[in-house]
Amino acid sequence: MTFLPVLLWSDVLIWLLVFAAAVLGALSARNPPLRSAWRRVGRSRPGMVAATVLAAFVLVGLLDSLHYRPRLESREGDQQAVYAIEVLSVLDAVATPLRTRNEKTYSSPLATRAYAKEAIEVRAADGSLRQTRDFPRLKYGGRHLENEARRDADIARQVLVAELLATLVFAGLAVGCAALWARRNGCSVHQAGRALWRGETDFAWRAVLATLGVLLLLLLPVAALCVDYHVFGTDKVGQDVFYQILKSVRTALVIGLVTTLVMLPLAVLLGILAGYFRGWVDDLIQYLYTTLSSIPGVLLIAAAVLMMQVIIDTHPQWFATAAERADLRLLALCCILGVTSWTGLCRLLRGETLKLRELEYIQAAQAFGVADLRIILRHILPNLMHIVVIALVMDFSSLVLAEAVLSYVGIGVDPTMISFGTMINNARMELAREPLVWWSLAAAFVFMFALVLAANLLADAVRDAFDPRLAGSS
Amino acid sequence: MILSVHGLRMGFASGFANTRKVLVAVDAIDFTVRAGETLALLGESGCGKSATALSLLRLLPPTGRILGGEVNFSGSELLQLPETEMRAVRGGGMAMIFQEPATSLNPVLTVGRQIGEVLERHLALSGEAVRRRALELLDAVGIADAPRRLNEFPFQLSGGMKQRVMIAVALAGKPKLLIADEPTTALDVTIQAQILDLLRRLQAEHGMGMLLITHDLGVVAQMAHRVGVMYAGEIVEEAPRDIFFASPRHPYTQKLFAALPDLTRRGGRLETIAGQVPALSAMPSGCRFAERCPYAWPRCRDEAPAWYDAGSGQRVRCHLLAEPGRAVALAPDLAAAALARPAADVALLAVQDLRVHFPIRRGVLQRTVGHVKAVDGVSLELMRGRTLALVGESGCGKTTVGKAILQLIKPTGGKAQLEGRELSVLSRRELRPLRRRMQMIFQDPFASLNPRLAVGEIIGEGMSALGVEAQHAQRSAAIAALLQQVGLAPTSVDRYPHEFSGGQRQRIAIARALAVQPELIVCDEPTSALDVSVQAQILNLLKALQDDLGLAYLFITHNFAVVEYLAHEVAVMYLGRIVERGTVDEVLRSPRHPYTQALLSAVPNPRLDEQPEFIRLAGEMPSPANPPAGCHFHPRCPQATDVCRSAYPPTSRISATHVLRCHLYSEAE
Repeated sequence: MTFLPVLLWSDVLIWLLVFAAAVLGALSARNPPLRSAWRRVGRSRPGMVAATVLAAFVLVGLLDSLHYRPRLESREGDQQAVYAIEVLSVLDAVATPLRTRNEKTYSSPLATRAYAKEAIEVRAADGSLRQTRDFPRLKYGGRHLENEARRDADIARQVLVAELLATLVFAGLAVGCAALWARRNGCSVHQAGRALWRGETDFAWRAVLATLGVLLLLLLPVAALCVDYHVFGTDKVGQDVFYQILKSVRTALVIGLVTTLVMLPLAVLLGILAGYFRGWVDDLIQYLYTTLSSIPGVLLIAAAVLMMQVIIDTHPQWFATAAERADLRLLALCCILGVTSWTGLCRLLRGETLKLRELEYIQAAQAFGVADLRIILRHILPNLMHIVVIALVMDFSSLVLAEAVLSYVGIGVDPTMISFGTMINNARMELAREPLVWWSLAAAFVFMFALVLAANLLADAVRDAFDPRLAGSS
Repeated sequence: MILSVHGLRMGFASGFANTRKVLVAVDAIDFTVRAGETLALLGESGCGKSATALSLLRLLPPTGRILGGEVNFSGSELLQLPETEMRAVRGGGMAMIFQEPATSLNPVLTVGRQIGEVLERHLALSGEAVRRRALELLDAVGIADAPRRLNEFPFQLSGGMKQRVMIAVALAGKPKLLIADEPTTALDVTIQAQILDLLRRLQAEHGMGMLLITHDLGVVAQMAHRVGVMYAGEIVEEAPRDIFFASPRHPYTQKLFAALPDLTRRGGRLETIAGQVPALSAMPSGCRFAERCPYAWPRCRDEAPAWYDAGSGQRVRCHLLAEPGRAVALAPDLAAAALARPAADVALLAVQDLRVHFPIRRGVLQRTVGHVKAVDGVSLELMRGRTLALVGESGCGKTTVGKAILQLIKPTGGKAQLEGRELSVLSRRELRPLRRRMQMIFQDPFASLNPRLAVGEIIGEGMSALGVEAQHAQRSAAIAALLQQVGLAPTSVDRYPHEFSGGQRQRIAIARALAVQPELIVCDEPTSALDVSVQAQILNLLKALQDDLGLAYLFITHNFAVVEYLAHEVAVMYLGRIVERGTVDEVLRSPRHPYTQALLSAVPNPRLDEQPEFIRLAGEMPSPANPPAGCHFHPRCPQATDVCRSAYPPTSRISATHVLRCHLYSEAE
């Protein structure tokens, strides 16, 4: 084997979530009210635009969640295979040029020379070495250029080719989509194309296609250029910012999704128990969450994360690689974020359960002597699902933002782990220097903004579709 | 002529942006209202009555669109007015009273503030003048102790008082036209009678026009000068009140009258209207009532009828008036009266001195400081195959009685026995086999079915919980048979509650209760949320099921017409206690207790000649947390004496079945 697969804990959870999403999808396909609610999501144009953008992020995140350790070139005679202590992901493999081509220090986007002057030796025409102070050529950025003056022309050519390719791919996608739709509805491809163009389809295909088109037009040139240039520049230690962005996506997704996995059982179980049984159970649970939510969240998180750090530092034997150590800290952060954030949803679910348990169909079930657990599972839980779905999608974006803030304060993810928060934290000092290094912060901002905005728009569409008061209006 | 509406059309935009269309809810209606005149718009729910009223005020919901027509209000064309001038019309020109007094007042503003708001806006009053005028208005709507009430918040007022305040707010701008949208539907009959009385008096004093929107023929009979019947967004018949009640001409109107339950129809089946109001998205091109009309012939389905003048101010939208020969008298759908079942000797249900008290807790330690005596010593008996109606105003504890009998609420004391077996001492496990024998049907068909379960699962729930028909195939067959029994297609098993109308949902709820083959069903106002024509269907169904299966019903209701039609015995409740009990004839024909008498006189009668004189009751029902000393009814009783204030009356027996608790009769004994 040329590699050793590594299963980090967060990977397990991420793939578990993918599996859970698939199961949920299958279940809602069989349940007509849920199916029609998801159909309404599919009809909402902003929702589908957001979903398409999110899907691109998720794809990056999933690629980054398949980890392995490459095999080292073994010396002759070595029987046992030796694997690198560095844990790589599929994304790392795909982005090898980005990962490995580190410059010495800062360079601005698409630059061929460094951002700061250095003393360099130049061989003059007569063969003598002369020391000058100038911007040195970058090791990798624009290395293929023989004449630096042709950089702009080269970039323009590459962008043009990429845009042409993007157009072709988009046309292919559109035709494929039309053909699929035509097959399903039994009409000609031409008619299908017209229906798509006019947005007459039930599912918002036009919005999805348009978003895909824009994404292709934006990302293909970036992909083409990032091989020869640093599209978003490099940071202090010369690492490509675009690569950091790609790596940050997974961290953000783990924080946003795994935290909900921790929070959900607590919130749903305790919320329903408090609302359904009332009395002392309710008192106890209310006491628990009012106490918890009266402790300042950042303080609690800081204490827990620092404690975890001590444990990690005193038990180095637990971890085979640095990645595993960073991963544990990430999970610890998720857990503590989950523990501090379940109270809101719990309170919401308790209130709704209090309302539901007085409804007549619950009383009808009680009149049949149906057991409490069965009433909760059959009558209460399904009628709370819309709140859970809405809360999940809305919490996602706030958690991604929370991670950025916590990492900025220094109690977020492991410093070796790349995340939007650590990127912003590193970039903050650079804002104070002259000339200004802006690209690191700007890139992190733009991508995090896109991710959170997409999540919020999707949350909006989901809420509209699942809100029973609005459901009747379609 | 204050208001004349011509060809008004309005609709609701529906669907997403890519498939948006407008569904017409009100289609080309014409009517006029004169000063001092009341026009009643009558119709079932979903016929566009409220949409009409809201279009007059241009207060439509975001999806509402006015599609055309003219609304001429005292000389100005409302649909052309700019919004700023429209604000002067609302409240100043025409004012509206809404159905639900609890939600139409702002809970964080005092009564005086809410009246003052209108006075400042429309009469440009300020300071002391506002206060004086507000006091006058509160006096005018019959609120006692007006200066104190002026500074109170809506939560400190009872339902009837809130509606009075709402009327005061409406009157504050001195409107020429008052729009009352079901002004008494949410109120009890005694309060309803007070409010209707008040509206009539105020209208006469101020010479206002009134547009009254209602579904209740009794209210129409009392209030209206002219009546317009709405059906599926059109006015189908318009007539002066006397002619309307003497000779309704449109088949829909005739059916509405025939569907009303009362004593004369006892034992027979009620007339029903097949089907339901067509959906907005599938409005027929011909006559909109054709699908449900017994007389319909092909012309009705092809051609929408125009107005036909039937003389003396009556006009009707029906082809029958053009072709009178078609109106052959159809044989009335009256089955022979079912034979009265012989009463069994052992009571199926015997309740003795049942009490349900809810503790009132206060303070940090949640100590009990008192009790709400929702049910305070109720005794009743119900034989197999009989119906006992439990009547009373809201808040008197009748629903609590039903739930306490089924042990859904633990009784505080007293006995409830099902064929001699005491229920309140049983554990949940011991109770389970008995649950098969007693079931409940609820008031709101929209809240009583879980929206996430298919009909088959809903009906099967009780079967699986109680182990009836354990085999899958047998259970499916049983469910199909039940659906047929309640008049639904067996193919409905896989459909979901939201696909059914209110009446159909109530049928599903009945099927669910029947699934475990009970002997006793507690019916908690099963028809109060339904339209008249649908109510008739459900009552017919309940009656047929009783005849076929020998069910006993404990029928909880506030509707006396239903009691007359369905019940064998009646018990009248007031503030947690039964004040009068007897057979239907005894209680409804010769009521003895002053409360029963007042209650019966307050029920608006849908026939013009029969309305008895209304016995006015002072005030409203007191809180069960703090009932008056002595007879609970004495503060409102017109015949109260000293003894009523000191002691609760003992039981007096008028006949073998007629029992009541009132000092007036205990002395005579």
